[in-house]
Amino acid sequence: MNHRIELRSYSRELQNFRLRLAISAGFMLLLFLLLFARFFYLQVSQREHYHTLAEANRISIAPIVPNRGLIFDRNGVVLAHNYSAYTLEIVPSRIGNLERLINELTTVVEISARDRKRFKKLMEENRRFESLPIRTRLSDVEVARFAVNRYRFPGVEIKARPFRQYPKGEFASHVVGYIGRINDKDLERLEANSELANYRGSQHMGKIGIEQSYERELHGITGVEEMETDAAGRAIRVISRTAPTAGRNLKLSLDSKLQEVAEKAFGDRRGALVAIEPATGDVLAFVSRPGFDPNLFVDGIDTENWELLNNSIDRPLNNRALRGLYPPGSTFKPFMALAGLELKKRWPESAISDPGYFSLPGSTHRFRDWKADGHGLVDLHKSLVISCDTYYYSLAHDLGIDNIYNFTSQFGLGKKTGIDIEGEAAGLLPSQAWKMERHKQKWFPGDTISVGIGQGYNLTTPLQLAFATAVLAGNGAAFRPHLVKQVLDSNNRVVREFGTTPLYRLKLDPANLKAVHNALVDVTRPGGTAAVAGAGAAYTFAGKTGTAQVVGVKQGEKYEESKLNERHRDHALFVSYAPAENPKIALSVLVENGGHGGAAAAPIARVVMDYYLLGKLPKEAAAQPVDQVDEEEDEEHQQDRGGGHG
Amino acid sequence: MARLPHAGHYFTRYIDGFLLCGILLLMATGLITLFSATDANSARVTSQAINMLVALGVMWLVANIPLEHIMRIAVPLYAAGLFLLLCVALFGEVNNGARRWLNLGVTRIQPSELMKIAVPLMMAWYFDKHETTLRLRDYGVATLLLLAPVLLILRQPDLGTALLIASSGFYVLFFSGLSWRIMATVAIAGGASLPLLWSMLHDYQRKRVMTLLDPTQDALGSGYHTIQSTIAIGSGGVLGKGWQQGTQTHLAFLPERSTDFIFAVFSEEFGLIGNFLLLLLYLTLIARGMVIAANAPTQFTRLIAASITLTFFTYIFVNIGMVIGILPVVGVPLPLISYGGTSMVTMLLGFGILMSIQTHPKLVKT
Repeated sequence: MNHRIELRSYSRELQNFRLRLAISAGFMLLLFLLLFARFFYLQVSQREHYHTLAEANRISIAPIVPNRGLIFDRNGVVLAHNYSAYTLEIVPSRIGNLERLINELTTVVEISARDRKRFKKLMEENRRFESLPIRTRLSDVEVARFAVNRYRFPGVEIKARPFRQYPKGEFASHVVGYIGRINDKDLERLEANSELANYRGSQHMGKIGIEQSYERELHGITGVEEMETDAAGRAIRVISRTAPTAGRNLKLSLDSKLQEVAEKAFGDRRGALVAIEPATGDVLAFVSRPGFDPNLFVDGIDTENWELLNNSIDRPLNNRALRGLYPPGSTFKPFMALAGLELKKRWPESAISDPGYFSLPGSTHRFRDWKADGHGLVDLHKSLVISCDTYYYSLAHDLGIDNIYNFTSQFGLGKKTGIDIEGEAAGLLPSQAWKMERHKQKWFPGDTISVGIGQGYNLTTPLQLAFATAVLAGNGAAFRPHLVKQVLDSNNRVVREFGTTPLYRLKLDPANLKAVHNALVDVTRPGGTAAVAGAGAAYTFAGKTGTAQVVGVKQGEKYEESKLNERHRDHALFVSYAPAENPKIALSVLVENGGHGGAAAAPIARVVMDYYLLGKLPKEAAAQPVDQVDEEEDEEHQQDRGGGHG
Repeated sequence: MARLPHAGHYFTRYIDGFLLCGILLLMATGLITLFSATDANSARVTSQAINMLVALGVMWLVANIPLEHIMRIAVPLYAAGLFLLLCVALFGEVNNGARRWLNLGVTRIQPSELMKIAVPLMMAWYFDKHETTLRLRDYGVATLLLLAPVLLILRQPDLGTALLIASSGFYVLFFSGLSWRIMATVAIAGGASLPLLWSMLHDYQRKRVMTLLDPTQDALGSGYHTIQSTIAIGSGGVLGKGWQQGTQTHLAFLPERSTDFIFAVFSEEFGLIGNFLLLLLYLTLIARGMVIAANAPTQFTRLIAASITLTFFTYIFVNIGMVIGILPVVGVPLPLISYGGTSMVTMLLGFGILMSIQTHPKLVKT
């Protein structure tokens, strides 16, 4: 019995066991089906998705940064070029203690205090995961030394990359400008212009000057290299490669030799000079003094240098030629004279009697001439040669502000010339509408009078004055001033050329023009306000002096240069062109706080003309201001201070 | 000596041809995949081939041992294993934050590997001894026999091994006839105590579970493995990229591609069709194991055969499951394919037991 029960129990147990085996077999099959379903999902339904992911894993697209275009002057002198060198770069986010790392790096590669400061500034301006240079231009020895010690410095790498260099340093720095590291603002702008893709891999872009305004030409088209990379990011092989297109080269209209002569002529003085070829609009020289070394900016300027430049009382970063606003002073008179002739308010023969002042009818206010007792009988010719104020007071009154505005604005005064670098100031040529809008005031007849001698509300940039002078010199032909003459491809074939067609031509009576030209030529001859500077010129040297006041002098007071702080002295101006019969060059010179235009500015123009027209290099002393000037000339405009619209 | 003419017969007498064929096919697949996974590193492939030969030798040896002998060593083997586990807990070497190894001076051993076979043997032995008088209490004792090593291994911590040993022990309990009601009760209680269990898990274990739920959470850290392996498998498509053509594999995006994640290599290069054939091959081995279990003569042999077969399945499911991203990443190799000597030997030791059960004359139980 016992035996039977055991047997039964045994067979039941075996049956039970086999049932459970079958259940687990079913269970396993089910789970295998689950696996298979997942395979199906991954390998069939989602195959495309995972294929894309695998390709993205495998293929990395590396941009190939194009070589930046070069910048030459009109004769092929290199002003900006590239060279390849090694930099030591750090990714700050990968470093724990940066200070200690840099200290340790110093044992391998020399890192100066300046490098540290520059790096600190870079850190502030960039994101922490970007690779930032701590040292640039490593020597071969340093590269080798670091390579040996590389294992000690994770997150630090040596990179070979092209550098921008401005071989002439401070020379023409306001023209050429500089490139700098691309910052957040640049990125936003690039994105807005949908140019971001082309800047993948680029670290620098033009920030100012030609480098900025011709960024699109200079940058080139970024190439692409599709590479197969492994999990560590190492390139295994190149799958495809689209070569980059190098940036275009720029041939400037600038004559670097002329530029050099002009820059030297300024010596230590502050100021600006713009020289334009009237027949083309080519800017032959474009000086703003003082300048700066653009090389400092390429890899981020260090704080010390930055503060030195930015806080200097001389404001070397300010492009005076482009953005400096100065009253044109008497350099405005030739345009007034022409307006008088063209609008038939004056004739070359007619003369006025100058008592030394001008008063509006029914007013006792005296607009004084710079010469207290007057110039006697003054005709148009004499009015320019001796720079008579009274003549222009009455002419301004006779023309009225609207005529003055309409006529002189044709010469580009009070508006941007449209030169091919950014940041140009528009200046100001006052009009009734302008005063109403700006000051919510009616235009008073008294406002017109001082406009006649280029004071009052008038403001121009040196560039604008040079342009106006070039239009006058070219008998009304206006060419947009341009610093870049030709855009060349990398094989130096001309892609684009500037200055072949004028913007417009003014219809001016040749007789009237001749009258003004003749008078301006006599300005630099004995008896003229620039007679000293013009002495012995071997060509017809047309010009007009001007003085722009910095501080007002009250009615009845006398302006005494010697008593004034140097920075409060008048700015000296001179506009000029030569040879007068067929001008090859027109220019404007501004010397800040230089005093009288004939004394301080005209000699600089003479030096530039002599070089450009005769190839004559100045003796070192020639550029210095002429000290012994006519008492008469020296007093020009003194009487006018505070006059007009008090 | 006189039997020399029958030497061939003697050599293969206790070998199950069906199992051996399946094993050899899987091993060949393993070597082919390993060749690709290691970028044609013939040294690694040779060393794995040697591992396989050693494991086959072990299998042959075990297959030749009659079950009575195997049964006799169950208790001492278990006792020794437990002792060694205690030694590990007390004097074990710490490696990567886990205390798994015991340094014997001459060599280092990992006692948990030994327990993979000792635990089911011990439990099967116990149920065999109490076969006729099986009571609930016996299930309790068997559970303790299981829990002692599992908890010790969990403490090391080694989640993968603990899981495999726990499941092999559970299979013994299940096939010995543990009532469904108790299983249901334990399952419900276990489900309810999940939060408690969660609080007991190590940070890295929690992280593994969390990244299973959302691998992208830690894409470069612990989620990286799963993300890269699913990319490898998915991009393989139906036909695969071809042998040695897997980009995920050969560009080193796949981590642990010759060991725990070798299935991703296989799947990337041989595609859905390869997966299907591989599962089929595994399934035939499992089916053969089930047949052996069903025909096993004694309680001990039945339990051990069923447990070994289901544990084999568990290896496969857990490994593939983690590689395709439906299970947490735990260190479980793909049987007969992943690189590594220890697991290969353990695996074939199990198959040796299965063969022994199948080929030795069946004793009639009375």
